[in-house]
Amino acid sequence: MAASNTTVQAAHEIARKRAAECLLERHRFGWAEALPWLLAVTAFFVFPDRMTFGSQVLVMVMFALSLDLILGYAGIVTLGHAAFFGVGAYTVGLAAARLQWTEPISGLFAAAIAAAIVGFITGWFLLRYRGLTLLMLTLATAIMLQETGNLRSDISGGYDGLPGLTFKPLLGVFDYDLYGHTYYLYALAVLAVVFFFVRRIVYSPFGQALTGIRENVLRMHAIGSPVHWRLVMVYTIAAAIAGVAGALFTQTNAYVTLTVFDFDNSAKVMVMLILGGTGRLYGAFVGATVYMVLEDYFSKLSPTFWQFGIGLVLVLAVLFAPRGLLGLLERAGQYFTEKKRS
Amino acid sequence: MPHFAIVAVSILFDGLAYAMFLFITSVGLSITMGLMGFVNLAHGAFAMAGGYLVVTLTRTLGVGFVPSLVIAALVVGAVSVVFERVLYRRLYKSTDLEQVLLTIGLAFMAIATATFLYGPIPKSVPLPDWLQGDVNLGFRYFPSYRAFLIVLGAALIAVLWYAFERTNIGAKIRAAVDNRRMAESVGINVDRLFTLTFAVGSGLAALGGGLAIQLLGLSPSFAVLYLVLFLIVVAVGGLGSLKGTLLAALVLGVFDTAGKYLLADAGGFFIYAVTVAVLLIKPAGFYGRE
Repeated sequence: MAASNTTVQAAHEIARKRAAECLLERHRFGWAEALPWLLAVTAFFVFPDRMTFGSQVLVMVMFALSLDLILGYAGIVTLGHAAFFGVGAYTVGLAAARLQWTEPISGLFAAAIAAAIVGFITGWFLLRYRGLTLLMLTLATAIMLQETGNLRSDISGGYDGLPGLTFKPLLGVFDYDLYGHTYYLYALAVLAVVFFFVRRIVYSPFGQALTGIRENVLRMHAIGSPVHWRLVMVYTIAAAIAGVAGALFTQTNAYVTLTVFDFDNSAKVMVMLILGGTGRLYGAFVGATVYMVLEDYFSKLSPTFWQFGIGLVLVLAVLFAPRGLLGLLERAGQYFTEKKRS
Repeated sequence: MPHFAIVAVSILFDGLAYAMFLFITSVGLSITMGLMGFVNLAHGAFAMAGGYLVVTLTRTLGVGFVPSLVIAALVVGAVSVVFERVLYRRLYKSTDLEQVLLTIGLAFMAIATATFLYGPIPKSVPLPDWLQGDVNLGFRYFPSYRAFLIVLGAALIAVLWYAFERTNIGAKIRAAVDNRRMAESVGINVDRLFTLTFAVGSGLAALGGGLAIQLLGLSPSFAVLYLVLFLIVVAVGGLGSLKGTLLAALVLGVFDTAGKYLLADAGGFFIYAVTVAVLLIKPAGFYGRE
């Protein structure tokens, strides 16, 4: 009796250790994680004349990453994420055009704060709702912001936007160049900072709680987790990041129009994320890059063809690859390792 | 008649015509969403398909406007069954997100197809003479097309109300919306009921699309542009409620028209403000189940 008891205890001990190891293991950096960053730096040297496009890709990666936080991890389905991108974009745009505040890095912080405030207020109201109601309310938020901008077109410039913005040199030293080299590296650096921040959040206890809410909200309520607060918090953080992405968008393009609030923009970022794979951080990298490169190529060929193609990809993705391109890769990997074993 | 009264009557009249269009197009969406909880973002694409069918029938084949509307509704209703059986049914038990993605993918494909076939320029239809001029209501002339919309809408409401409240199938639908599992366990074939309502709903959407050509204009972006409106009507009215959809269509139609009359600059702002206000107070809409 006593002997078997100790064996059971020992077995428990081993199981607990394994679980702890497993948890620690998950957020340790793998070698593969260096890959996207190496690729981004390689791209800088291989395609020096496509760096303006490269910056756009990085901006969309960041935007998709912010959506991954709320959609992939917390399970909030929104059709109005462009609202925060737009708030960030207009914070920087209006500051530069109306207040002559053209220092880029402080502009990013201002955009993050403005978007976070909007995210906090709307999140506080909207995140009590689920399903269709939530979809409609998020969508209405983005459109109402757009309409407000249109109403005060004396300030916002309306649908003509704020063209020809100029920004001060980065850190007072590196000036904007015609090929967008400076801004590519700048966007990459900002993306790296944001990414490590997001990665930390995701693997923190807070991130675990979010996953719990996504998987089973009733159980999270039952164990006393402050569900609403957690959702509002992650919504605010995601809004701030989307705001930074929007600010970078304005700075790299040197213009901004009200189309940033479009439903198309919200739908596009969602498609990118789904394409790459949700709830896995790097899905945003893969999805946004693949989408932007394909769009760049096919929409020059024929915009109609491109739109049909992206629709078809969505339908096929839902039917055959619900976990995105990265999910497909993972499945292919599993298939081959299993084949080897047998 | 004093000026403000004329404005008020005009707003009511135009708002009512608009509301009828919203009701006809959205009612199918509301019932199917109430039945299966399926988020169908391709509903606008069915409406657009109806519109383009009417364009082809009247312009190319020389069919009259009213018969074209009927044919378009029947054809789209029949075709929608194929989509429902082949694609939609696979996702009934899936998450909102997957349904959203599948149907928005279909909407994109529909827009691309329409652009390919008809070009991006808005289309118009030849109307019969009796729909062109104005009708005299004693104190003011009103466009007879809008009067036609109001009469048609009222007739459809009566038919739908009867079908919904007084027939066996209507009773089954109401039972399934209220409690699907219970309805299934007393032997109602909810699956087949859904196919039927889906076909009728898509057919009505196609009819709405045909009616919209004259009212709003028809271009390929119709499928997504007005989809938002249909979804708003459904959300504000409450899923699966005929009464709710009607009330929502009336409120939103009149408010939107009033906003455009009185504060042209604010444009689309009103309809969204009303939506947010209603949904914040009643998250499930006017007559939705909490």
